[in-house]
Amino acid sequence: MSGEHEAATSTAPAAAAPRRADGADLRGWRGVWVYVELERGRVHPVSWELLGEGRKLADHLGVPLSGIVLGPGGEATRQACAEAIRHGADEVRVACDPVLEHYRTDPYAQALTSLVQRGQPEILLLGATTLGRDLAGAVATTLGTGLTADCTELRIDDETRSLAATRPTFGGTLLCTIHTLEYRPQMATVRPRVMAMPKRDPQRTGAIVEEAVTLAEDDVVTKILSYIQDADAGKAQLAYADVVVAGGRGLGKPENFQLVQELAALLGGEWGGSRPVVQAGWLGADRQIGQTGQTIRPRLYIAAGISGAIQHRVGVEGADVIIAINSDPKAPIMEFATYGVVGDALQILPALTDALRERQALRAAA
Amino acid sequence: MSLHIVACIKQVPDSSQIRVHPVTNTIMRQGVPAVVNPFDLVSLEEALRLKDRFGAHVTVLSMGPKMAAEALKKCISYGADDAILITDRVFAGSDTLATSYALSSAIRTIAASRPVDMVFCGKQTIDGDTAQVGPGIARRLGLQQLTYVSRIESVDPVAREIVVHRRAEGGVQVLQSRLPCLVTMMEGANTIRFAGMDDMFRAARCEVQEWDHKAAGITELARCGLKGSPTVVKKVFAPQPRANKAEIIDTAGRSARESVQALLERLGSRHPGLEAEALP
Repeated sequence: MSGEHEAATSTAPAAAAPRRADGADLRGWRGVWVYVELERGRVHPVSWELLGEGRKLADHLGVPLSGIVLGPGGEATRQACAEAIRHGADEVRVACDPVLEHYRTDPYAQALTSLVQRGQPEILLLGATTLGRDLAGAVATTLGTGLTADCTELRIDDETRSLAATRPTFGGTLLCTIHTLEYRPQMATVRPRVMAMPKRDPQRTGAIVEEAVTLAEDDVVTKILSYIQDADAGKAQLAYADVVVAGGRGLGKPENFQLVQELAALLGGEWGGSRPVVQAGWLGADRQIGQTGQTIRPRLYIAAGISGAIQHRVGVEGADVIIAINSDPKAPIMEFATYGVVGDALQILPALTDALRERQALRAAA
Repeated sequence: MSLHIVACIKQVPDSSQIRVHPVTNTIMRQGVPAVVNPFDLVSLEEALRLKDRFGAHVTVLSMGPKMAAEALKKCISYGADDAILITDRVFAGSDTLATSYALSSAIRTIAASRPVDMVFCGKQTIDGDTAQVGPGIARRLGLQQLTYVSRIESVDPVAREIVVHRRAEGGVQVLQSRLPCLVTMMEGANTIRFAGMDDMFRAARCEVQEWDHKAAGITELARCGLKGSPTVVKKVFAPQPRANKAEIIDTAGRSARESVQALLERLGSRHPGLEAEALP
């Protein structure tokens, strides 16, 4: 940082000045890295989705795919490394230290930054979770490189050998493709469920490389006092549910979400709503489905009274079957749904619940 | 021991009213009202609550075109004490890295005359949605980075300690940290207050300080604007329409029950796997 101003604070880790790397410098940065998000003994499944996507990028570039694991060491860390290989990584680089027991920005950013500086990957992908976004923003700033958030498509531009990262923009009305041409690594985050889960190969083998990091608990200012588990585990499950039922403005009033919840409960699925109903305060933000809410990839998605704006569409397109219930046959959702039931959602939803319940009773009796 | 808080805000187009031109695929900005990014108001309200409790000087800071002064005045009307707009052509085309460079430089300049204890940023903006500028500022200024905070449990201005609830996947971390720190608040943590009559008059009269890059203390122009932005937007485009439109099940002349039966028959015959595993 320029020295002529008083730092607002004391212990500033100086951010690197952006470097205009010439071609020779860029060639030194090789390989695709995926950050494997291990927290509280569990790997966030978005990490496997990113390994699936990273595999394609690495194969296209002809470079290895590495999983990056930071953790306290022990069984959970070992398992995370082994699973990263089984989900497509060629090798895993792992840094273990007791300081890394739970996520805190400073030690994690310090460890990941030093691994990147040593290993020089051309691409570094992270999940767009609260952890991944916090970490990516810190690391990209210290490295002085480009970071593209919430990508919905990643591919390699052959002409420049650079990562073409596509993401929705302007509230999801348009898409834009972003490149980081002159800086490395090229960083990107991807939301859970945007990319498909790769097939796990239990036979797959690869090297696990231990990386040394220098961390000391005394240097970490922020301490964790406790952790409060969410009471409503369903909120966290929405993105990974097999069946999702959602409602929009077309349901008329908040009370009618009862119909959505009943059908979801019968199907053993989760429920949510579109952005307008969350903005209107009908539902909490954690139930919002779409680009700015949760991206879902269920086998069956039932959308009642949802018009299907682009920002909603990009959040649900990964569903196998989409049933749209809408009184307007020209609603945008009819452009991408599998089946469109043109009618009043307040009639169709309970009729569907009743029909399925009767069928369930018949089958139970048989 | 009064706190000095800087709240960073951005003026954004009200995204619910953005329309895309059907032929040219360009954004139609005309007539779209500009608002203070709603996530920034959650953080501003939290700063104002600390002011209510401990007495604090709240400076609101923004980067943008001159018209963004209106958004800063709005923040004064809620109870912020003074407003600074960094506005300069050299900032045009800034990505998140260049933006955090410019804003952190301005905060350093602000801190030179009055040390800064806390910086508040919105969780993300509604137009960019990146959530990267807050962490960028924290990193550059060496502030403790407390993002996705759902609740500030306590602040001790004398001991310079803060305890917050931070949203994590599946739970909440209760973190104890130290000032100076940067906080981004989760939506739903609070609701912005109504502007009082006195503050509305104060806002109407106040002069937003406009700083160019020199006034903001920026000497390295290569780190500003397009030049200082590692990311390059190569193209902006409308999503491709899907080839297959929905198969319409018309309810005209049918009861809801009959329509539902028609739907279930199609699911049963065309998606047997789904029928067998996901439906009762």
